[in-house]
Order: sequence, then C-alpha cells, then structure tokens
Amino acid sequence: MVAQNIFFGIIAFVMVVAALRVVTTKNIVHAALYLVIVLAGVAAQFILTGAEFVGVTQILVYIGAVVVLFLFGIMLTRARIGREVEVDNEKRWLAGLVALVLFAVMSFALVDAFEDSRIESVSGGTPQLTSEVSDAIFKDYLIPFEAASFLLLAALIGAIVVARRE
Amino acid sequence: MSDFLRSYLTVGIFLGVAVVLVSALLGLSSLLRPSKPTPQKSIVYESGVDPVGTGWAQSQIRYYIFALLFVVFDVEAVFIFPWATRLEAYGLFGLIEMGIFIFILFLSLVYAWRKGVLRWV
Amino acid sequence: MWLNQFLILGALLFCIGVYGVLARRNGVMVLMSIELILNSVNINLVAFGAFNGTPVGQVFALFVIAVAAAEVGVGLAIVLLIYRNRTSIDLDAADLLKG
Repeated sequence: MVAQNIFFGIIAFVMVVAALRVVTTKNIVHAALYLVIVLAGVAAQFILTGAEFVGVTQILVYIGAVVVLFLFGIMLTRARIGREVEVDNEKRWLAGLVALVLFAVMSFALVDAFEDSRIESVSGGTPQLTSEVSDAIFKDYLIPFEAASFLLLAALIGAIVVARRE
Repeated sequence: MSDFLRSYLTVGIFLGVAVVLVSALLGLSSLLRPSKPTPQKSIVYESGVDPVGTGWAQSQIRYYIFALLFVVFDVEAVFIFPWATRLEAYGLFGLIEMGIFIFILFLSLVYAWRKGVLRWV
Repeated sequence: MWLNQFLILGALLFCIGVYGVLARRNGVMVLMSIELILNSVNINLVAFGAFNGTPVGQVFALFVIAVAAAEVGVGLAIVLLIYRNRTSIDLDAADLLKG
C-alpha cells in the first residue's frame, strides 16, 4: 500500500516535470522526447490502477506510433535544426493565469467531491482482465467499436487528401 | 503490494539498474578521460569529408503517409487483442463483427493503394 | 490508494496542456499539448473505472486512444498543408478568416 503510493509519487513527479518541459522548451525535438516521458508515465499509472491492457496499448499506440508521426511532422515542417526563435506567443502570462485558475477550481472541486474515496481493487490486488475489457467492447460498445474503424478510415482518407501533393 | 504489481516491480528494478549502469559507466569514463576539445575534433566526421550545410534535411511527405498507415493498423491490432482472448466465447458473431471491422480498415489500405501513395519511388 | 491522487494528477496535466495550447504558436507543439490533455482524460477514465470496479473506464480509454490517433493524423496533415502554403506553422499568423 505504501510502496504503491511511493511509486505513484515518483512517477507523477517525473510526469509533471516532463509535461512542463513539453510546454516550455524552445527546442521542438526535445518537446517530442519529453512527451514520450509523459506518455510512458501515463502507461505506468495505468498499470498502478490495475488497467494492464490499456497500459500496454498506451505504449503500443502512443509511444510506438503517434510519437513517430510527430517526429515526421517536425521533420516536414522545419528546414533547420536548433532553437526556434519564437515558439511562444506574447500572451503566455495570460495563458499561465488561465491554467492556474483552472487547476485551482478543478482541484477544489475534486477534493470537495471525493474527499478520501479509495480505489479498492488495487489494494485487493486484482488486475482488470483483458477478457473483461473484451466483453465490455463486444457486448455493450459494439456500435462505437465499428464506428471507430469508420473514423480511422475517414481520418486516413482525409489525411491523404490533405497531405498529398497533387 | 499485490502479486500483480510485484511482477511489474521486476520491470521497475530492471529499469533502475539500466539507468544506474549507464549513468555510472558514462560518468566514470567522463571522470577518467582527458578532455582537450579542438574545433577540428568536434566536427561530425573528424577525419572524413567536411560537412556542408546543417544536419537537418527536409524529409518527404510520403513518409508521413506511411507513418499514418502504421498508426491506423496499430489501432486495429489493439482492438484485435481483446477479441482474441475471448475468441471461442463469441463464436460466429464475433467473427462477423471483427470481419466488418477489418474490412472497413482494409478499405483504407485499398484507397491508399489506388491513390498510389504506397509506391516506393 | 486514493481516487483523488489520480484525479488531481489528471487535472494538473490537463492544465499544463491548456497552457501549452494557449501559449504555443508552433502548430506541432499545439498538437503535442492536445495530446497531454487527452492523456489526462484517459487517467481520469481509468481511475474511475478502477474505483467503480468496471472495465468500462478502460473501454472508454481505448476509444479515446483510437480517436486521438485519428485526430493527430488529420491535425498534422492540416499543419503540413499550412506549412506548404505559407512556409510557416505559426498559428497566430494563419488568420485569413479574420474579418
């Protein structure tokens, strides 16, 4: 119980630092690599909550594929290496204020609503099985599942049409 | 700590050992080696042809579409894994559902093929 | 483990992502910040799923991951199109529709 909280704290700290670097670093390639740390941390948090399958999916799809897409996007949109001169706009203090106020409101609401509710299944030590996830998809969420394939088809066709040079 | 998380603790220990080992070896070698940088030593190919321009080349849009195809079929694989764990229980119905899913995504491959983006020129 | 520790971590990541979306002017970096936001939502979904003891939270997280993959694909394609037409991915400069 204590060990889990220690691991949670370490991973959460690394994630928050890396996320802050993603939104503040001047070098866009570094931003993509810090994003990898955040995504890996999210996968570790999923495993801590017992959601093994989603954790593996996170690594497979995000770190394995989406980050590659980002790196190709970076390579296609920049013709020079090094620091970008102007990656932030001049309203970033206002943006920081918005984010701080939003976080204050959200954390107040969360602490108010779920004072000390605990996640029981984690301390009970039962991971959620992949077959349970499968049952939920193929019984209750069958239509969203088929719609997801259609969405991916539409996204691929749209991206090919937009990105391809005629 | 439960058995489930203890099995992942092994992964964490391996990760920690890897980080410690790499940083210890690199730190040790940087302590021991002499450091006398000259401009001649710090160019990319020290005793080769002098590099021209920057190390940053514009890549081609074709590779972006290959990466996008990879993302789409990665997501397809993610939905196939849970189905495979319960293959017998779903029987023919599950097979038809998964067949529709794969067929729709196969259409995207057909589209990419017809548009000629798969050709390696 | 408390439910709130996951929820507050999610809220923190969400706010960092919101800051990134508002403060960045590079299109690719804005998309990265959107990824942070989507991941914070996934943490919340999975934590609530574990809290209620149902796999539904995981199913929703899976759908969010699938939708996010599609979103990044189309979003980056649009950024590439902007870059090709204007040779810049400064989103603040892409204001042709402004009256």
